[in-house]
Amino acid sequence: MKMELLMGNQAIAMGAIRAGVGVVTGYPGTPSTEILETIAKKNPGNIYVEWSVNEKSALEVAAGAAYAGQRTMVTMKQVGMNVASDPLMSLAYIGVKGGMVIVVADDPGPISSQTEQDSRHFGIFAKLPVFDPSSPEEAYLMIGDAFEYSEKYNTPVLFRPTTRVCHAYATVQVDEACYQSNPEGFIKDSKWVIFPRLSYFNHIKIEERQPILSKDFSSYIYNSVIGTGKKGIATGGISYAYTREALSTLKSECKLFKVATPHPFPEELALEFLEGLEEVLVIEELDPVIEKELVYLCGKYNLKINIMGKLTKHIQNAGENTVDSVTQVIAKFLEIESPKPKEVMDLPSLPIRPPVLCAGCPHRASFYAVKKAMKGIKSVFSGDIGCYTLGNAKPLEMVDTCLCMGAGITIAQGLHRVEPNTINFAFVGDSTFFHTGIPGVINAVYNETDIVLIVLDNSTTAMTGNQPHPGTGRTMMGNVTEKIDISEVLKAVGVKHVVTINPFDLENAMKEVKIAAAFKGISAIVFKAPCIAVAPPSPLFFVDNAKCTGCKKCIKELGCPAIVKDGNKVKIDQALCYGCTLCENICPFHAIGGTDVGKK
Amino acid sequence: MLEKNKINEIYKEEKMINCIVTGVGGQGTVLASKLIAQSAMNKGMKVRTSETIGMSQRGGGVVSHVRIGDEIHSPLINLNSADVIIGFEPAEAVRYLPYLKDEGTVIVANNPIKPVTDSLSEQNYNSDEMIAYLIDNVAHLFVLDAETVFAECGSIKVLNTALLGVTAASGVLGFSMEEMEKSIHEKVREKFIDMNIQALHFGAETYLRRKA
Repeated sequence: MKMELLMGNQAIAMGAIRAGVGVVTGYPGTPSTEILETIAKKNPGNIYVEWSVNEKSALEVAAGAAYAGQRTMVTMKQVGMNVASDPLMSLAYIGVKGGMVIVVADDPGPISSQTEQDSRHFGIFAKLPVFDPSSPEEAYLMIGDAFEYSEKYNTPVLFRPTTRVCHAYATVQVDEACYQSNPEGFIKDSKWVIFPRLSYFNHIKIEERQPILSKDFSSYIYNSVIGTGKKGIATGGISYAYTREALSTLKSECKLFKVATPHPFPEELALEFLEGLEEVLVIEELDPVIEKELVYLCGKYNLKINIMGKLTKHIQNAGENTVDSVTQVIAKFLEIESPKPKEVMDLPSLPIRPPVLCAGCPHRASFYAVKKAMKGIKSVFSGDIGCYTLGNAKPLEMVDTCLCMGAGITIAQGLHRVEPNTINFAFVGDSTFFHTGIPGVINAVYNETDIVLIVLDNSTTAMTGNQPHPGTGRTMMGNVTEKIDISEVLKAVGVKHVVTINPFDLENAMKEVKIAAAFKGISAIVFKAPCIAVAPPSPLFFVDNAKCTGCKKCIKELGCPAIVKDGNKVKIDQALCYGCTLCENICPFHAIGGTDVGKK
Repeated sequence: MLEKNKINEIYKEEKMINCIVTGVGGQGTVLASKLIAQSAMNKGMKVRTSETIGMSQRGGGVVSHVRIGDEIHSPLINLNSADVIIGFEPAEAVRYLPYLKDEGTVIVANNPIKPVTDSLSEQNYNSDEMIAYLIDNVAHLFVLDAETVFAECGSIKVLNTALLGVTAASGVLGFSMEEMEKSIHEKVREKFIDMNIQALHFGAETYLRRKA
């Protein structure tokens, strides 16, 4: 045993290693990414770990390994669960032999996501057990329990942390010993082949299992009821931590129900909590899952208890909870004075810092080339999920639509069907192209839809912290594998016009965009230049004060964070410049250049 | 189930330290918060921290909450509860002032990082205004001249350890220079250890010289 400062995601990974996980798959996505990365880093040598091309593939690979008796874990963010939902729903009927934990990280806020969906619903939808940790140290132990429940009931289980657990660090007592699993191997049996008749019988079994699991969970160590009184608070996940903190701040007590397994709901324990209560406040994030369960129980057992929460507008529906918001609502509920808020500070107007493309980012050059080439021509730019979504910001303003992974390619096709005289561009990153982009390209080829595909190939999965993908030739096992060439894939599926070019070769890039736009049928340009995070920086650039006229074209057109106003002129922040050459190429007065220009 | 019916243990009063580390993505705030956390752990104290990770790292404002103490539940600090704010950038320090206790300390670097939006618009972000606001509104303020860090330590990348040097010398977190040094040895990559320790000492000396 030793004490370590672990991020929630690291704690989940270390807990899974402790539980003897043998196969780990996933697709990067904030706030889940560090789980799989930690497995790869701390791999004792007997774990197979991979970034799969998407969440559906990841879940299926893990399911196969679990069929063979291996303990397996899949990691993804909440929207990844949508992609993996097809195998999830069917696997719920088939079940597993080795323990299988599907870690799906939710993102209340949302802080880095497209939706505020609540993955606990996937547990209810698929009738699978859901674990909801409230802290990193609890997650470390709870993930082991999740494997045990999975094997006890031969079912995959969901493990649902949220951002504030995933990205919080805490002192965790780490066990040196690991559970040793010896997978039996795959035994042929008709139970592994899904058929309507099998699903009918398994559906019956699943429904029979639900109340048994509910009873089992009522004595699960991380579900608890403490305190007494006529008022009670029910909560789970990080909101439990906020509630404890708020009760400390308010120096106050009430009955407290902590729900670590929101599905199947621990009914017996919930009834013990509700016993003798008059009012209940439910504090949770995203959807009112615990709240609805309690309302249901009050109806079922004819209890006259006032249940308050999101449904009664006592807690906000959207956005995350904070200790402060929870403290305020609890103070009101317990009818005690809330701590006097600090005198409202009249802060001076602060600079707004929206996320922007990094200085030196090749996406800036790609967007700029397309923007300049299409000037005056009616065109719509469909974007996708990744760093390049940031191309929507001023001054580039090159993302007109963004929906979900891979959708830019197909949204562009729909737009084009309504306005065939518009040039419809679809921007997609390299990792997103492999994730769910390829079927959309085939769709355009097959249905003869005239769009221009722009692949922004920066040789990494950048937004989530530079993970490898099929185009990088590296795997999470440290192997060097064949790089899958995106332009060859495009040609193979029937795209007749495919060009690969470095976007920093601005003049030629613009020329190629014009040719691709004029091409009849789907055409594609692969803009290939590495992310600054994986490429060494080039010589830095400087502004020659004698030549700079202060026209600020570089600032107004590029929006590079390294170029800042300096009195009437501009200067380049050396701490941020990567020497990408884009500003040098567009300066009308040739005032920007490498170390030889204007360095003082 | 162990906790069941222990009515008086829902809250306990105890001593804790709350520290906010804030700046702009890429300035090294995460390492600073890790070094503080490591120093606390080396003294056998329990730590909770929370980091900004993801989209907002790209040039956005970032903040780490560092909480030290045995009975802490939330990884985030309440408004009006921080003992110290370590600001890597003047406006970011001001942004988090509502988190500072009335008698709290702010240690801030004076170098402004101008957002792209500022360069594009005609409004000018003036960091002197921010520093002036801090002077007027903070009980205990220390401003570190970032230019001197660059001049003396050769790189602005060690601004984080220079600020930690100020923090250690001021005694607000209760960690000695030796403890901070030990954490640097444990958490920083070999080839960067020396420059970080140099910056730590530069920060401490700057503080002590100013107070002398």
